[in-house]
Amino acid sequence: MTTTQNTAIQKRLTSCHSCHQLVRLPAAHERVRISCPRCASVLYPRKRNSIARTWALVIAACVFYVPANLLPIMEVTSLGAVQADTIMSGVIYFVQSGEWPIAVVIFTASIFIPILKLLVLILLLASVQMRSRWRPRDRTRLYRITETMGRWSMVDIYVVTIMVALVHLGALANVAAGPGALYFAAVVVITMFAAMTFDPRLIWDALE
Amino acid sequence: MHLACHECDLLQSIPPLSERGTAKCGRCGAVLVRHKPNSIERTLALAVTGLILFILANAFPILEFEINGEITATTLIGAVGSLYASGEWPLAVVVFLTTQAAPLSQILIKLYVYLPLWLNRVPWRPGVAFRLLLEIEPWSMMSVFMLGILVSVVKLAKMAHILPGTSLWAFVLLIVVLAAAVASMDTALVWQRLEASR
Ligand SMILES: [Zn+2]
Repeated sequence: MTTTQNTAIQKRLTSCHSCHQLVRLPAAHERVRISCPRCASVLYPRKRNSIARTWALVIAACVFYVPANLLPIMEVTSLGAVQADTIMSGVIYFVQSGEWPIAVVIFTASIFIPILKLLVLILLLASVQMRSRWRPRDRTRLYRITETMGRWSMVDIYVVTIMVALVHLGALANVAAGPGALYFAAVVVITMFAAMTFDPRLIWDALE
Repeated sequence: MHLACHECDLLQSIPPLSERGTAKCGRCGAVLVRHKPNSIERTLALAVTGLILFILANAFPILEFEINGEITATTLIGAVGSLYASGEWPLAVVVFLTTQAAPLSQILIKLYVYLPLWLNRVPWRPGVAFRLLLEIEPWSMMSVFMLGILVSVVKLAKMAHILPGTSLWAFVLLIVVLAAAVASMDTALVWQRLEASR
């Protein structure tokens, strides 16, 4: 592979994010919308307002993260006794009953990944804003990992869904979704949008 | 072929690749092009299989639950329905979009693009179809739902008797087929074909 050591934007080109076609950018003073001649996608040399939008979504996710963890995600009625489960108490339950693999899976998907994702996005945003030249390749890799891992946090929402669908036998056994579940789903969806609005090319722009 | 890396914007030219070749960005390591042998036939076959499995996976219960002789069962779409019926409609919408709407549209869009290509025809507005696929992909969470089933089974096994439903096997196969269908796509090849037929 030959590397020209030029970025597309330096050559006043941009690459279509859908079909990878290179398209010439209009001159800076021309405020025209450009679209890909091959696949008709609207093109932007960088994702629009990437930093501001990603910050807004990260902050929103941090706010929702608090009720998502404090409020119960599931209310289980068993022989008349009602028990409310938060995300953390769900993990503790599996640890106490000796189901280590499940405890590790739930802890990773529901607690570790959302926190890691928010921290990575904050690190990336701050480093781009400070025009950091620190390890761009590793930061890009970190971004890639965060983007692909995010969806696994949805597992607790699916557990609630299946439990609600199967267990509805009144006082004998019943499962209802708790208010925390909606906040938690919001955290997962918002952090996914945050990862999508962040533009990893900004990491490399500081090197030019 | 000249292109710019979608993750770091570096311009580079990619030499012709072998049938199973992969080109990575020389600066950041992002995968730029990944060739697959018989990509079009393979993707089409997987999309057709996926559609059949999707129907089967939704037709019968995925899990059955028995307590004191009373049996409850749920299908995939039925699980969304019970969530909706319990008043949790925003959650029901999220689950519906990620386990029904997204995977089904992935399958249908692939059929829409790859069936004409296989017949040496050009689908109408392929660019829009590919962009939709790109945007839908992260929201298709069948494999995460499978993990959810496993965790639920462990949880419920303590309360009562839990049995696999008729559709569980179709569901497991569907996850494998969906993943293979994503991996078999070779967008660069499709654009070459479309360009040549113009
Ligand atoms: Zn790159």
